[in-house]
Amino acid sequence: MDQPQVAAPATGGPLNGTSKNALFPRLLRQLRAQTLMYYLYTLVLRAVLSCTHEKITIFKGTMMSKHVTLKNGIEPAEEGTSLWQDAWFRLRQNTFALCGLGVILFLCIVALLTPFIAPYGYEQQNLLLGAAPPSAEHWLGTDIFGRDMLTRIMYGSRVSLMVGFIATSVALVIGVLWGTIAGYAGGRVDAVMMRLVDILYALPFMIFIVLLMVVFGRNILLLFLAIGAVEWLTMARIVRGQVLSLRRQEFVEAAVSLGLSRWTIIRRHLIPNTLGPVIVYTTLTIPSVMLLEAFLSFLGLGIQPPQSSWGLLISYGVETMEEYPWLLLFPGLTLSITLFALNFLGDGLRDALDPRASKN
Amino acid sequence: MFRFILSRLLQAIPVLLIVITATFFLVRAAPGGPFSAEKAVPPEVIKALEAQYHLDQPMWQQYVGYLNDLAHGDFGPSFRYPGRTVNELIAGGLPITAELALYAMLVAIIIGVCAGVFAALKPNTPQDYIPMSAAMLGICMPSFLMGPLLVLIFGIGLEWVPVSGWGDLPGDKILPSITLGAGYAAFLARLSRGGMLEVMSQDYIRTARAKGLPERVVVLKHGLRGGLIPVIAFLGPAFAGLLSGSFVVETIFQIPGLGRFYVQAAFNRDYTMILGTTVFFATLIVLFNLLSDIVAVWINPKLRHQLREGH
Repeated sequence: MDQPQVAAPATGGPLNGTSKNALFPRLLRQLRAQTLMYYLYTLVLRAVLSCTHEKITIFKGTMMSKHVTLKNGIEPAEEGTSLWQDAWFRLRQNTFALCGLGVILFLCIVALLTPFIAPYGYEQQNLLLGAAPPSAEHWLGTDIFGRDMLTRIMYGSRVSLMVGFIATSVALVIGVLWGTIAGYAGGRVDAVMMRLVDILYALPFMIFIVLLMVVFGRNILLLFLAIGAVEWLTMARIVRGQVLSLRRQEFVEAAVSLGLSRWTIIRRHLIPNTLGPVIVYTTLTIPSVMLLEAFLSFLGLGIQPPQSSWGLLISYGVETMEEYPWLLLFPGLTLSITLFALNFLGDGLRDALDPRASKN
Repeated sequence: MFRFILSRLLQAIPVLLIVITATFFLVRAAPGGPFSAEKAVPPEVIKALEAQYHLDQPMWQQYVGYLNDLAHGDFGPSFRYPGRTVNELIAGGLPITAELALYAMLVAIIIGVCAGVFAALKPNTPQDYIPMSAAMLGICMPSFLMGPLLVLIFGIGLEWVPVSGWGDLPGDKILPSITLGAGYAAFLARLSRGGMLEVMSQDYIRTARAKGLPERVVVLKHGLRGGLIPVIAFLGPAFAGLLSGSFVVETIFQIPGLGRFYVQAAFNRDYTMILGTTVFFATLIVLFNLLSDIVAVWINPKLRHQLREGH
C-alpha cells in the first residue's frame, strides 16, 4: 500500500509533497500528531471529569450568595460573588455545556496547530491508493484521490471555524454598537434605527447572500461580511433592550455628572454591562453562521475548491456516498459534533448568565 | 385589529421596494453582461439583443420599466432560456415547491408540537429528555447532511423508498418532506416545550384543574392555546427558512422545483431569472411574516388587548 510513497523519493521525482527522505519525517509527523491529539483528548476528558465530580460534592447553590446574619440583627452587606463568579459556578454544574466548551477548545487548538500536526500534506495525493476505508495509516480513510481525510477535515476546520468566528465578530461589532447607540440616544434616533432593523428583519437574507455570492464571485472575505451583515440584527435588539434599562441607573447618572463624554460612557459603562446576554447570543450565533457557510459551500456558492471547508467536504461526500460512505460520514459527524457543542455551550451560558434566570 | 393589519401592510411596502431595488441594482452591477459568456457574437447581434431586453436604455429607465412590469405581474423574459419568461418558469416550479414546503411544514408541526408538548408534561424526566435530545440532534444535523444520510439508509440500504424524484414513483415524496421538515420539527419542539412549560404554571391552569377538569382537557384546551403562541409566531420565519431550505433539498433529491431553478439560475448567471425569483421569494416571505403576525395577534388575547389600547 505504501509503495508509491516510498518509491517516489527513491526516483527523486517531486511527486510527493516532501521530496527528501519522505518516509521518515512523515512517520514522525504522524506520530507527533497522534500523541498530541491523545494528550489534548485526555486533558479535556480530565477537565470534564473533575467538574462532574465537583458537581456531586458541592451542594447546589451554596456559593450563590452567602447571607451572614450577625447576632445584633444588622443585615451586613452580602458577601460578594460577582456575576462572573456566579456564572462560572453555574456553568460548571452543567456537564453538557462543559463538554461543549471542551470540544470547542479542542477543535480550536487542533485548527490552530493543523499545519504542524496534520499527519499528511494537504494536497498530498496517493492515486494508487484511491478511496480507502479507515485504516491505521489513514484514520478516517482517504478520498478518491487518496488524500487523507483526517488532514482534509483538519484543514477544513480552519476555514469553518474561521468563518464562524470572524463572521460572528462582524455581527458582534455592528450589533453591539448599533444597539448601544440606539438605546442610549433614545427618542427619534432610536425609533429610526430600530425601524431600520425591523425592515431589514423582514428581508429574505438567505436569498440575498446567495445573490451576493453569485454577483460578486465566491470571495471568502465577502462571505464573512455578508453573513455578518445578516446576523447583527438580533444582537442589536438584545443590546438595545439592555441599554434601555441600564441608561436610567444611577451609575450612568454619576458618570454623566462627572462630565464624561457620551462615547466614554457608552464604551466604559454601558457596553461592559451588556456583556452577559451578548456572550450568550454570540455563542449561539457561531453555530448558525457555520451552518450558513456549510450550506453555501454545499451548494457550491461558498468556499471554492483549492480551499476546503466542512460544507465542501460534505458535498463531495454526497457525490460518492454510495461507494464510499465514510467520505460523507466523517465530515458530517465533525460538523454535527461542533454544532452540538456550540449549542450546548450556548444553552449552558444562557442559563448561567441570563439575569432573569439567575433571579429564580 | 383592522388598523394593525393596515399598518403592517403599509410596512411591507417599503420592505418590498428595498428588496426589488437592491436586487435590481446588484444584478445590474454584476460583472459580465448576460450575453458575454457565449462565443464571439457580432456587435450588431448584441445591440439587437440589448435593445430587445431594454439593456440599452439608461439605468433609471430600466428600473422604472422593471417596476412597471412588476406592477403588472410580469417578471420579464429569461436570459438563458430564450422564448421563456420568468413567469412561466416560476409557474412551473412553484406548485412543486409549495407542495414540498406544505408537507415539510406538516411534518414539522405534527412531530415538533407533539414532542414538545409531550416533553413539557413531565419536565426533567426521561419523557422530557428523550424527545428534547432528539430535537437537539435535529437542530445540529443540517438538511444537507440529513438528506443524504436518509437516502443512504432508507433509499439505498433498505430500499424502502425511491432515492430521488417528485411524484414519479410512489413514496418518493416522503424523504424530501422529512428532510426539509426535520430541522423545523426540532425547533418547534423546543419552542412548544418552552411555551407549554410557561403556560402550565399559570394560575388559570390551576383553576382549570381545581374545577375538576380531566387532565386531557386542561392540556389540550387550556394549555395548548397559550402554549402554542410562540410556535405560531415562528411559523412565518420558518416558512422563509423552508423556501431557502428547498434549495438544498431539491438539489439533493433532484426535484424540479423553484429552489433548484434558483440555484441553477445562480450558476448559469441567468440574471433576470435570479432577479425575478428573488423578488418573488421576498414577496412570499414578507406576506407570510405578515400572516403569522396577524394570526399571533388574533389568537393571543393579551396582544389584542394591547392593540385596542393603542400601541
